[in-house]
Amino acid sequence: MYHNSTNNQQHTESQSEGRFSRPSIPSRINHERRARKVFFFITLTPIILLVGIIIALVIRTWPILEKYPLKELLLGTVWKPQKGLFGFFPFISGTLWVTLVGIIIAVPPCIFTAIYLSEYARQITRTIAKPLLDLLAAIPSVVYGVWGLVAIVPLIGNHISPFLGKYLGFIPLFSSENPTGYSILAGGIVLAVMIAPFIISIIFEVLSTVPKGVREANLALGATRWQTVHAVVLPKVIPGIGAGIVLGATRALGETMAVLMVAGNVVQVPVSIFDAAYPLPALIANNYGEMMSIPLYDAALMGAALLLLIVILLFNIISNLILKGILKRSWG
Amino acid sequence: MNSHIQVKNLNVFYGKSQALKNINLEIPRNQITVIMGPSGCGKTTLLKSFNRFIELDEMTRISGQVKVDEQDIYARDIDVTEVRKTIGLLSQRPYPLPMSIYENVAHGLRMHRMKKGKNEFDQAVQHYLQVAGLWDEVKDRLHEPATSLSIGQQQRLCLARGLAIEPEIILGDEPTSALDPISSQHIEKILMSLKKDYTIVVVTHILRQAKRLADYVIFMYLGEVVEAGTAQQIFEDPQMERTKGYLSGQF
Ligand SMILES: Nc1ncnc2c1ncn2[C@@H]1O[C@H](COP(=O)(O)OP(=O)(O)OP(=O)(O)O)[C@@H](O)[C@H]1O
Ligand SMILES: [Mg+2]
Repeated sequence: MYHNSTNNQQHTESQSEGRFSRPSIPSRINHERRARKVFFFITLTPIILLVGIIIALVIRTWPILEKYPLKELLLGTVWKPQKGLFGFFPFISGTLWVTLVGIIIAVPPCIFTAIYLSEYARQITRTIAKPLLDLLAAIPSVVYGVWGLVAIVPLIGNHISPFLGKYLGFIPLFSSENPTGYSILAGGIVLAVMIAPFIISIIFEVLSTVPKGVREANLALGATRWQTVHAVVLPKVIPGIGAGIVLGATRALGETMAVLMVAGNVVQVPVSIFDAAYPLPALIANNYGEMMSIPLYDAALMGAALLLLIVILLFNIISNLILKGILKRSWG
Repeated sequence: MNSHIQVKNLNVFYGKSQALKNINLEIPRNQITVIMGPSGCGKTTLLKSFNRFIELDEMTRISGQVKVDEQDIYARDIDVTEVRKTIGLLSQRPYPLPMSIYENVAHGLRMHRMKKGKNEFDQAVQHYLQVAGLWDEVKDRLHEPATSLSIGQQQRLCLARGLAIEPEIILGDEPTSALDPISSQHIEKILMSLKKDYTIVVVTHILRQAKRLADYVIFMYLGEVVEAGTAQQIFEDPQMERTKGYLSGQF
């Protein structure tokens, strides 16, 4: 019945009226067409918006791109806007450092949590854990920032940094000349806690693509639960971790507030996890609207935003591709 | 009767609903036992209680005994992995492990440390693939993923995989229901040839298949065993009205 009526409508659409004398049909078709158009444009809005933002950023960045070669901007280490020196490298490296440390801290416990939830936990634990993770993901980042200020920064400044500095200080990565605790490590720890719920969810989702029957097939051979995890679940974990890392990185790269509050914001190229860092988002948030009389300063900040946007878009696309690949690949 | 499995006062609950009601049974050694009955009567549940799969579901409760060679498999000191090594399962549709054809068969041997060295593994893999009638079809592609096989081939691979760890009992839960007629025939033939060495218990919905396979028949209805006996007794002279009804296609 339903099928038939859609057919009829398509007929009238292509052959114009005539065969169906009921006057309401053309108007209904028009109505439907209009509705479809409206929905189409509403759906299109975010894409138009995104393209618009990119174009606007490119235009506003243009003056500085015209004046300096791209390489000099990206790799320059001196940031002295008053003197016309716009080296982004301290901010780029700060962003990468904090993101990397955050991911390195977050991923291992996330793997174990996801495996536990998917393979060992009782149903009830799982039903509780899921909304709890969503809740954690929904906490405003400024709250994590405050937690970082109150708990993590002092912990690093008073304990971790002196301790590691004493025993491992000969390694540049752990040397500390910054006694404050405002550091890459502080930013990384706060980030790790913030991105953990996402990484856990992603890995969990990937693990749940393993059919129950495959697990049972292995158990039926007299395998222990761990042997089953090892044989049929772990092969799936690796791409899952890949997707988790990329997605986590996407969030971490763009995270502004919490990192800005604990990372120290000193313009330098950090070498140790105890050094302060000045990530790109913090640069934009801290400075936009101030000292705008300095020539090209505006363009430089817009450039930072553009750079951030492009990197995050890329990561987003990559993680989506990985996930789609994993979820689509069936077990046969 | 020389029975291999003995079931005594077995009750199984899923949450509050009872799926098996006071089951008492004996399964004869080195014969094919066929379990029949309408959908939802507890055939799968009964089979799962033989290899302790029933406890994979948190909601289940079980009481009574299942004895294999006089040993209660639910006794406290019993290692469940040993139970499942002794009692293999062929599931409704094949689930190859995410590894090569070769590795699927070698996997159990490796897990239970039953073979050493490449030679022993190669021989065992070849042997069990031959038993499952798959060797000639796969001998040139042993290292391709098992999922590249057809469903029928996959089911025979699963059989080879199960046989490789030398079980004594083979359970099959409608093992041909996902297969085409030719593959089904293949599986049936293999099961027939295996019964001299194994005790086989098969659930099936297909009456003709049951008649071809069965030495011993169990007929269930709503969680209870209505009637059990030799194939001849059940198919030619059923005692209970429900059995007669089922056999004449009334369900
Ligand atoms: N995991 C479960 N949770 C709750 N109830 C279940 C579960 N599995 C089975 N049951 C119930 O237990 C009863 C027996 O199910 P079972 O799967 O053993 O039947 P079956 O004879 O194998 O049926 P079929 O021929 O359809 O495979 C059914 O009423 C079913 O609804
Ligand atoms: Mg069943």
